[in-house]
Amino acid sequence: MPVRIQTADLDVGRELDALRASDPRVGAVAAFIGTVRDVNDGRAVAAMTLEHYPGMTEKALTAIVDEAKARWDIIEALIVHRVGPLAPSDQIVLVGVTSAHRGQAFAACEFIMDYLKTRAPFWKKELTPDGARWVEARASDDDAAARWDVAPEPGA
Amino acid sequence: MRDSALETVTLVYLARLRDAFGAAHESVRLPDGIATAAELRHWLAQRGGVWATELAPGRAVRIAVNHDMAQPDTPVRPGDEVALFPPVTGG
Repeated sequence: MPVRIQTADLDVGRELDALRASDPRVGAVAAFIGTVRDVNDGRAVAAMTLEHYPGMTEKALTAIVDEAKARWDIIEALIVHRVGPLAPSDQIVLVGVTSAHRGQAFAACEFIMDYLKTRAPFWKKELTPDGARWVEARASDDDAAARWDVAPEPGA
Repeated sequence: MRDSALETVTLVYLARLRDAFGAAHESVRLPDGIATAAELRHWLAQRGGVWATELAPGRAVRIAVNHDMAQPDTPVRPGDEVALFPPVTGG
């Protein structure tokens, strides 16, 4: 299952072992792990809650994996994204990509994260000394996604 | 039950918009002339108050129709699930 959403923590070593064990053609594994910072936009972050849109989230992440597979010569890709309450230093997301050679895996891994940041329906709510606040999207994330010739995120 | 579900659109509000509107979802019957994502947004904004504020032109609002990101001209039909939410912030 290349896409998973869960409240529980994830074991990076176990996930990547399973990912590459699935195919002996694998010669490269690229991985990205996103974690909770204790400071965001100048405010201390004591805790965070991640919300998503069940039904759409799985569909959006699967579409991102499919797009990565269409663009690069990769063997498999994995996205595990956590939801629910998280604390600083907790793991949020793991993206793992396997390929025969490293270039394809590196590029596809970065693409998946850039695409996820602007297309997958997750929202962060931070607890700061000033109270709880929804995290605002960053223009730099749109720029990062646009690098891949992805159309700007549609508004309506 | 089944008939009424086919005549209405299920609206889903997420993240900041759910907090602002004080509701996670509702069923609405679309009036004549409301047939696209942009028209639906404009129609909801006419409720005034937080609806007018959050859905004002220029505010960053994303719309998904049946779990796919929508464009302003994406059709909205009875039976659809239409979600309104702020730009995403996962990862």
